[in-house]
Amino acid sequence: MADTPHRAQRPRPLSPFVTIYHWPVTMATSIVHRFTGIGLAGGTVLLAWWLYAVASGPDSFREFTDLAGTPLGQVILFLIVWSLAFHLINGIRHLAWDMGFGFSKATAQTNSILVIAGSILVAALFFAAAFSGYGGYYQ
Amino acid sequence: MSLETPLHKVEGLGSSHSGVTHFWRQRVTAAALIPLAIWFAVSVLGLVGAHEAATLAFLSKPLNAILMAAFVVIAVYHMALGMQVVIDDYVYTSWQKLSLMLLMRGFALAVIAACLYALLRIAGPIV
Repeated sequence: MADTPHRAQRPRPLSPFVTIYHWPVTMATSIVHRFTGIGLAGGTVLLAWWLYAVASGPDSFREFTDLAGTPLGQVILFLIVWSLAFHLINGIRHLAWDMGFGFSKATAQTNSILVIAGSILVAALFFAAAFSGYGGYYQ
Repeated sequence: MSLETPLHKVEGLGSSHSGVTHFWRQRVTAAALIPLAIWFAVSVLGLVGAHEAATLAFLSKPLNAILMAAFVVIAVYHMALGMQVVIDDYVYTSWQKLSLMLLMRGFALAVIAACLYALLRIAGPIV
């Protein structure tokens, strides 16, 4: 954890960065994997809040579900559901890489698009099921 | 000629001094989270619109309580491993990196503690 000297006399030359390169779709899935991971880290607070609300009686539970039902609550929940879907499906792709599969450029690009489309589809289906009465089967 | 000392070579831990430990734990927790996250999503969808009593009944079943506890602990551990990489990548100043790392791990422990406390309260004593 050594300090990097950053107070140079004049700006040092930078190597080409994300603002320079043309973005291939694999670059998008890579950065989105990190963003969804950070988002889900924030989502753990909601998980703890939900469990705590269930444990603290009907009033606190109602408070939680009321907030979850507001437009802002629904947007946040949708983003979390989509983030979980993306991170899960793309995570399986990463595990396949770790085992040595799927390194060719064409394969990586194709399944990048599949991951993006699949995660949106899963999140949309989840919400469609919740709104059309196919959820709530554990009541 | 290698400049590595014989001890360094035989330990095989490289410049991180911890070898592949972090990498391996991230992968093992990821693999464990595949079935757990699917179970979690199916459970949450099943509890959409449920009242407090139904949610309480679901979470106090032993299998559900154990799976939820496993999901929370493994997911938050996986989160801490991932956030460590993010902090390592973007924070260069020593004291900032140390502070953020401690804050992040404190946050992880707090989330786990709160979730497990809630799950224990939900499960209640065996009578």
